[in-house]
Amino acid sequence: MKMMRMINLVRGSVMKIHGLSRASRCLAAEGGVRGLSSSSGPRVCIVGGGPAGFYTAQQLLKNVINTFTQTAQHERCSFHGNVNVGKDVTIDELRQAYHAVVLSYGAEGNRSMGISGEDLPGVFSAKDFVGWYNGLPSNKELRPDLSCETAVILGQGNVALDVARILLAPVEMLKETDITQNALEALAGSKVRRVLIVGRRGPLQIACTIKELREMVNLPNTRADMLPADFEGIAEALKDLPRPRKRLTELMMKAAKEGGDDKAEKCWGFRFFRSPVEVIAGADGKRATGIRLALNKLEGSGESARAEVTGQLEDVDCGLIISSIGYKSIPIDPAVPFDPRRAIVPNEMGRVQDTAGLYCSGWVKRGPTGVIATTMNDSFDTARVLIQDMEAGKLDLSVNKPGAQAITALLQTRGVRTVLFSHWEKINAEEEKRGKFLGKPREKLLDVDEMLKIAWS
Amino acid sequence: MAASAAVRSAVSLTQRFVRVSPDCSICPLYRLNACTGATDGFTAPSRRLRTSIGVWQSGDSSSPEEEERVVNVVYIDRCGQRIPVQARAGENALHLAHKHGVDLEGACEASLACSTCHVYVSSEHYEKLPEPEEREDDMLDMAPMLQENSRLGCQIVLTPELDGMELTLPKVTRNFYVDGHVPKPH
Repeated sequence: MKMMRMINLVRGSVMKIHGLSRASRCLAAEGGVRGLSSSSGPRVCIVGGGPAGFYTAQQLLKNVINTFTQTAQHERCSFHGNVNVGKDVTIDELRQAYHAVVLSYGAEGNRSMGISGEDLPGVFSAKDFVGWYNGLPSNKELRPDLSCETAVILGQGNVALDVARILLAPVEMLKETDITQNALEALAGSKVRRVLIVGRRGPLQIACTIKELREMVNLPNTRADMLPADFEGIAEALKDLPRPRKRLTELMMKAAKEGGDDKAEKCWGFRFFRSPVEVIAGADGKRATGIRLALNKLEGSGESARAEVTGQLEDVDCGLIISSIGYKSIPIDPAVPFDPRRAIVPNEMGRVQDTAGLYCSGWVKRGPTGVIATTMNDSFDTARVLIQDMEAGKLDLSVNKPGAQAITALLQTRGVRTVLFSHWEKINAEEEKRGKFLGKPREKLLDVDEMLKIAWS
Repeated sequence: MAASAAVRSAVSLTQRFVRVSPDCSICPLYRLNACTGATDGFTAPSRRLRTSIGVWQSGDSSSPEEEERVVNVVYIDRCGQRIPVQARAGENALHLAHKHGVDLEGACEASLACSTCHVYVSSEHYEKLPEPEEREDDMLDMAPMLQENSRLGCQIVLTPELDGMELTLPKVTRNFYVDGHVPKPH
């Protein structure tokens, strides 16, 4: 089982791209590329070093680059980590130093359930729980109590299934991944044997995808435990479903029907048509011991079906509650428009509303959904739009912009030193070295100060 | 000949095949009476199982027999540009693309964890490929603009009978959808 590698960025990163390729063979010829009188070429700043940032960078550099490493090492690209945009430097300062700025900073917040008891010990956001086992420095002290038998996860997307899989996977499988050592030890001592994955609507609205479901179904020493009542009418609806939804539903039904090995120690299951209304505290009121769920009925069908209350309630005993109902972008700077309802930067095809020279790509543009290919295509779109705008004269490229030179100088006066890609490579090498010792691809550094010390050594 | 040429050109044109349910009326094979009758719409008609010759062969080989195992492949990139390349039997279509500077992404490095190496295979060669394994189908489910002839590049192993195969990179941009359709995120 492969764990997705995370480029663990220290307090955000700013990636700068100097110059743009003048020959853009992928754009329809519209009188050729506009002559650029600025001697250094256009300068673009990308805020965010995740997939969206890197894919946007790749498209702007235009050469065929196949890996993020190649992008970061490209002569016209410089990576600057350890920069907190919005605090260490403002968006306006970036816009003064560059011809264009692209926001690709993703979604680091999470949606809250908005129910009482949500802050009790024993209740975690999936974001924090995933951050804990993935080695995000800010989550290293999470110390989730895994001594209960039942865990309930709210939400049925891929993140929810990732969490379920980590809770139930045999330790032998986990210990060869780059999961953190302290998470591995905690999971080795875990008493959790049953994981329920709860969703508001029905099987045909489930948000996870088939690969993740298949990994759950194939987990050794576990069996599936679902409610037949939740699947009423589903078999009849199969034939009209589009291919991805059909294959997913068929697999789910197969798992529900066959269950798996009766002797399996651990079990997992979906619970449909249920919404959380309250976290139940134990007698001492000090921690979560259960969750109260409202039963729903479905109005309408397909992707747009709505959950309506029935008035019925159901209590589930559990000691671990993980809310996996969505990540959420946060506003980065008051100068940037932000839609608080959708939690995205309002934009038209990647052009930030009412703000010339400002663009966005990835989750901060579309919302926190989609697989890597979605983000890749989306980032390519934004890059193309940016290049189009440059060629159409919508950005004033005749003005010389100082680029990273000015920004790093500014940061220095504020006591902020950046982490370059060569510095990042030292952190990477150290993590791999420590991992080798333990038979893992890497052992992640969990302390920011330690990372910086190694980076700048 | 004309039919397959027409299919090839249809595939490389910017057409939106919403290949998520078996709607034969939009399929060029059907319209050109070239469909040999797909069963549920997703298993290609009359597949013949072929064993692939080697899987991860790369590097130079100098023996004379190797010359017989040259496979000519044409990539059609996202702008419609044709890039003919010569491969050796056993090579993988994603690695081959990278070797020749074709802009085919392979985010998960051929581990069947993404769909970024999604390509359309020229129809007569599509039939010669072995059936995708379940895990490839799972990833194809996630590919925008899935078509009857969609495969993941990293799972295509070149064999001499695939000589002349054309692999078209899907154009997936918002600009491309004239009716404003936005591909569903998942």
